[in-house]
Amino acid sequence: MRGHDWLQLMLFVGTLLLVTKPLGLYLQQVITPNGKTFLDRIIGPLERLTYRCCGIDPLREQGRREYGISLLAFSLIGLAFTFACLRWQSHLPLNPQGLPDLTTDLAFNTAVSFLTNTNWQSYGGESTMSYFSQMVALASHNFTSAAAGIAVAATLIRGLSRASSQTLGNFWTDLVRVTYYVLLPICVVYALFLVGQGIPQNFKPYDTAQLVQAQMVTGTDNKSQELKEQSIVQGPIASQIAIKMLGTNGGGYANANAAHPYENPTPLSNFFQMLSIFAIPAALTYTFGRMVRNQKHGWTVWAAMFTLFIAGVLVCWRAESAGNPIHQHLGVAISDGNMEGKETRFGIFNSALFATVTTDASCGAVNAMHDSFTPLGGLIPLFNMQTGEVIFGGVGAGLYGMLIYVILAVFIAGLMVGRTPEYLGKKIESFDVKMCVMILTVLAICILGLTAWAGVSKWGLAGLNNQGPHGFSEILYAYSSCVGNNGSAFAGLTANTPWYNYTLSLAMLVGRFFMIALILAMAGNLGAKKILPSSAGTLQVHGITFTILIVGSVVLIGALTFVPVLVLGPVVEHFLMTAGKLF
Amino acid sequence: MKKILKELAISLKVTLGLLLVCSGLYPLLVWAGGQLLFPKQANGSLVYDANGGVVGSELIGQAFVGDRYFHPRPSAAGKGYDAASSSGSNLGPTSQSLHDNIAANVKSYREENGLDANSEVPADAVTASGSGLDPHISPENATIQARRVAKARNIPMEELRVLIDKATDGPDLGMFGEARVNVLVLNLELDRR
Repeated sequence: MRGHDWLQLMLFVGTLLLVTKPLGLYLQQVITPNGKTFLDRIIGPLERLTYRCCGIDPLREQGRREYGISLLAFSLIGLAFTFACLRWQSHLPLNPQGLPDLTTDLAFNTAVSFLTNTNWQSYGGESTMSYFSQMVALASHNFTSAAAGIAVAATLIRGLSRASSQTLGNFWTDLVRVTYYVLLPICVVYALFLVGQGIPQNFKPYDTAQLVQAQMVTGTDNKSQELKEQSIVQGPIASQIAIKMLGTNGGGYANANAAHPYENPTPLSNFFQMLSIFAIPAALTYTFGRMVRNQKHGWTVWAAMFTLFIAGVLVCWRAESAGNPIHQHLGVAISDGNMEGKETRFGIFNSALFATVTTDASCGAVNAMHDSFTPLGGLIPLFNMQTGEVIFGGVGAGLYGMLIYVILAVFIAGLMVGRTPEYLGKKIESFDVKMCVMILTVLAICILGLTAWAGVSKWGLAGLNNQGPHGFSEILYAYSSCVGNNGSAFAGLTANTPWYNYTLSLAMLVGRFFMIALILAMAGNLGAKKILPSSAGTLQVHGITFTILIVGSVVLIGALTFVPVLVLGPVVEHFLMTAGKLF
Repeated sequence: MKKILKELAISLKVTLGLLLVCSGLYPLLVWAGGQLLFPKQANGSLVYDANGGVVGSELIGQAFVGDRYFHPRPSAAGKGYDAASSSGSNLGPTSQSLHDNIAANVKSYREENGLDANSEVPADAVTASGSGLDPHISPENATIQARRVAKARNIPMEELRVLIDKATDGPDLGMFGEARVNVLVLNLELDRR
């Protein structure tokens, strides 16, 4: 934990703090149907053209049911489209490598994965997906699933900020405006910057390099043979990486994701990739505060997220710097930390920070292999996902996830002082609390239930790359990641089998749409309520006390459920590692 | 039912519209801008030999063995540095195979570079990277290997030091990330000499 690393941490935190307000104000204008932005003159005509062609009245408001139906209909079409593109990839253009069709279960899993903003990858990117599949079937979801997440967050914000309203906004307007005004313009500039850093953007076939020194490898028949060429991946990579990060999608172009030098070539590109994961989720807390006319509350939510984030970074960074005593015993330099699965240009600190950021937010891109982290270093990503992805969280999804905990915190505080809980002038009643508790319970049951099932099944154990407690962690990680819509993996697990593909798809669908349905129900219910004037007895929802209350409710209600499984996996492994036990 | 069909029709139109913009216009715009502003990077930062043939990419590592070359990190991509199949080992901290791999790597690294049997070796020299294509090694690792290469190629140490420095990048903007030595660039410099 060197001074140089502390400086980078401060730079990261400082920059995040700086973008929160301006981006938050901008987002507020975007989720207001007739809001004003400086891009109106350029994008306005395209926006109006889209509405006209699609037959959308942008100012017509929808109730919660109607909003939900629009969202589901749109998701269904997207799912069918992507499934078809992948299933029949070989018949489509832009496939210079002649890559074959995906199997049904893999195509379904991947379509669900990108639809739900999870971007779990049962496949190896460069060896499976054609340029068309990457750019059209997958990257389009990177935009729309991110925009849909922000749209749902917007409905909850509207529900809390409006009095006695039956409507929550218009799904199509939210979808189009967020895509056109936020995601696209940022991505164009950002992708060009990434090209400058070294990420390719072309449509040529993979290059074949004549190796400087021929390489001796062992062939399938166990005879050694000489390899003289190296096939180098190409394609429209930069455009996909920009939105993959900004939209907290995380689906890599290549198998190694952001560890691949073409996806994340320099420490500078790495810095901006981490920042772009957190930028929109952080800014949304500001938008929220502004729209409910309580900016201090917006910052309090930010502070609670930030506290959980910093705690995670410190633990992960420390564990990875300390390294693995088993390997150090063999002669690996102690001061270098645990470098297995990490890239030289990022080193320990930037790998630990990236791992924390990508699992706090539901991004799931990785710049180092989490499977090879030390047990405690790997515990942090697991824990982060199990909180429900609320530490800044996915774009939109992070905010609405966190507000569940905030409402529960208000409810519990209300019980303690013995008065009807009120949140931002809205009475929190039985229906709202039921929704919150149902979301948390179903998600936890889904993670634990599926993990337990896979853990005692032949198909579950067949995919393991590691034995002992680490193998258990691999399974737990997969379901935590999919239910949380994160998408990162303990990638040793071979999940490309029908059983895993379908159960993980189920996990992703529940994690996304069950939650959205309940959030919309709650948003509609809250929107219909009156806003009561605050009085001397109203619970203050800002300041240090309330920050602690939120953090407490995330840790106690959310994460405590998972302590037993975390003990069985990473914690046991930590002690076994210290004792030098191998599997 | 009629309502749902209407929503599906709108969905279809919006999906197509957004596809045109997000998967058509946008990547083409980045392609045009990238090819115009950064043609080398946009095409993969390729390295060419004197005849114009591609010998690799500055960003993608290659395998090297023997005393005359600097060695990259161990790789778990395919059969080693397979640039069409990037991957880490994904072996966990209590894995027997990882233990055995590292033990073997430490042993051969010490032997190749004439180190004591109980000397510490740089972690990057004996562990596989996340991508399996890491183009870099740490400056400490390069310094240890330099003695071996200097002897095999009969180059004065000072001259080799200059070549290593040329292939070394400090932290970006002096702040971000780690100092690192590009193995392919360095080995090509050695051959060109």
